[in-house]
Amino acid sequence: MLRYLAKRLAYYLLLLVVSVFLAYALSSASLNPRAYFEAKQPRPSAAAVDRQLTALGINDHTPIVERFGHWSSDLVLHGDLGRSINDTSVNAEFGRRIWVSLRLMLIGSLLGMLLGVAGGAWSAVRQYRISDRALTIFSFVVLSTPVFLMALFLKNGAIALNQASGHQLINFTGYETPGLTGGFGAHLSDWAVHLLLPTLSLALGGLATYSRYQRGTMLDVLGSDYLRTAEAKGLTRRRALVKHGLRTAVIPMSTLFAYSFLGILTGATFTETIFGWHGMGEWFINAINENDTNAVVAVNLFAAVVVLASGFVADALHAALDPRVRH
Amino acid sequence: MTGAVPTVTTADAVIENAPTTVADAAPAGRGRLVLGRLLAARGAVAGTVIVLLLFLLAFVGPYLTHWHYTDIDYAAMRQPPSATHWFGTGGLGQDVYAQTLRGLQKSLIIGLLVALLSTVVAGLVGACAGYFGGWTDRLLIFFVDLMLVFPSFLVITIISPRLKNTGWIAFVVLLAAFNWMITARVVRSMTISLKEREFVRAAQFMGVRPLRIILRHILPNAASYLIVDATIAVGSAVMSETALSYFGFGVKAPDVSLGTLIADGTDAAPTYPWMFYFAAGLLVLFVLAVNLIGDGLRDALDPTAEAGRAPSRRAARLSRSTRTPKGSR
Repeated sequence: MLRYLAKRLAYYLLLLVVSVFLAYALSSASLNPRAYFEAKQPRPSAAAVDRQLTALGINDHTPIVERFGHWSSDLVLHGDLGRSINDTSVNAEFGRRIWVSLRLMLIGSLLGMLLGVAGGAWSAVRQYRISDRALTIFSFVVLSTPVFLMALFLKNGAIALNQASGHQLINFTGYETPGLTGGFGAHLSDWAVHLLLPTLSLALGGLATYSRYQRGTMLDVLGSDYLRTAEAKGLTRRRALVKHGLRTAVIPMSTLFAYSFLGILTGATFTETIFGWHGMGEWFINAINENDTNAVVAVNLFAAVVVLASGFVADALHAALDPRVRH
Repeated sequence: MTGAVPTVTTADAVIENAPTTVADAAPAGRGRLVLGRLLAARGAVAGTVIVLLLFLLAFVGPYLTHWHYTDIDYAAMRQPPSATHWFGTGGLGQDVYAQTLRGLQKSLIIGLLVALLSTVVAGLVGACAGYFGGWTDRLLIFFVDLMLVFPSFLVITIISPRLKNTGWIAFVVLLAAFNWMITARVVRSMTISLKEREFVRAAQFMGVRPLRIILRHILPNAASYLIVDATIAVGSAVMSETALSYFGFGVKAPDVSLGTLIADGTDAAPTYPWMFYFAAGLLVLFVLAVNLIGDGLRDALDPTAEAGRAPSRRAARLSRSTRTPKGSR
């Protein structure tokens, strides 16, 4: 198993290096930081613009491979992601924003996954009953709603609710109330209220997707002979379902988990922008509009690490759950 | 989308009555069987009706009103739906009905084109990787994995400043370019099991060229998966398109799509709901209908599925176990 995982890890590292280079090349070729400096008032001389661009390491007159060499050696040797376009440290901004995004993504995806697996399994056991059909219809509607629209719907719903009640029941802008006084409890509940809508807009999608797949795999398992055997041995139906049924039915989901992180990353970009969270996604959109190459590359690095790490976790999970993979 | 991966038995059983042989198939024609199952699935019928109505609305609807989507009615700004402006008017006095239909048109066309393009690419790449194996396979799969590292949203957003003046066709190509990878992986694994089958072997021994084998023998046998996948892809393409357009990285003025309309109406939604909810509702309705069709098609094309309403689980299991030997080698 270790051999298998080591092979996968080496493959993912290769993918990481190649993909980060491609992202660097693409961002450098597509964005135009020169225009940002040339648009300044008073208009700086061409030499001054060149000097500034070279200082930031994003001068388009230097070959891309050379620029990437400098950037990556700084990253590997000093852990330095470079300077952003207004000469602040990309690392500092990265450190500030990464936790905002990870908090949203982790809670959102875990919640979606747990609810989805539970809902799907429950739905399979109650196949063709009203509750099963209701969950099916619900997940079809959710799956047909893009994440950004789901976030907008939730936001509008919260506005309507706040207006109807006359209070600010659900606070949805940012991730905390600035200047809030009070103890730890007040801060915690403030956090939770702010988390509610952004997390929900991510988790609902997960719930819908996972419950569809889980229902399918669980239905296959329900008809299997070994489940009948388990019951014949004297296990209760519930115990047999959880110990023998659910475990087998969860295995195919681990691959889905890896692919779903692509969607979660994109979804987090939307929810952050819509709910005013200062996370990686919002940073990315702003950086594109400002032609801030190094910041764009930093977000790409983050995305690549998240996706490949989740792929690796999925492989490890798959190997741990399914003995056939290990050999 | 990935869950549509048919098991080996499914793929094999599909081959038993491959779609290409529908015409001379014995007693129960496969085409009739699939159609019968499709009609029995109420969801798929409802989905088809909704999609047809939406197409009718998008392409005939604009002729029912004299307002053009670029017209501005200075006498009516932010007016609720009325007899003159069926869906109300926007902040500048634009007719929301004309705009929404124009946006629907663009979104439908983009969705269809992207699904078509990406399915063709996915079929070819997947079949080539699976058929040739070896280094071709390794290189193609590495390429597929590489493209899967970044969410397509990030890459398209990065490229979008370069596409400022190219119009929406370039946008279609870009969306398709980042939408084929997972399907290609599935087609690859189907091809690997298909190329061991007798009819492919026979063709190889007769000296048929590889590309011809792929086009004539492999891809038709993966057709049922590709059809289902292309259907679902229409929905997901429309969703990506609207999301990118919403953030200003997709369809740009003077063109309108459902995404740009939703973006324009967002701030007005709580006070002037008609500027937001017509476009948003049509978007959800269309994707929902397409997903229903895809789901119905998947059940109808799956030989192990029960026609119409599934009876008890035990009966389903019995029939499945009697069916499987037919497909196994």
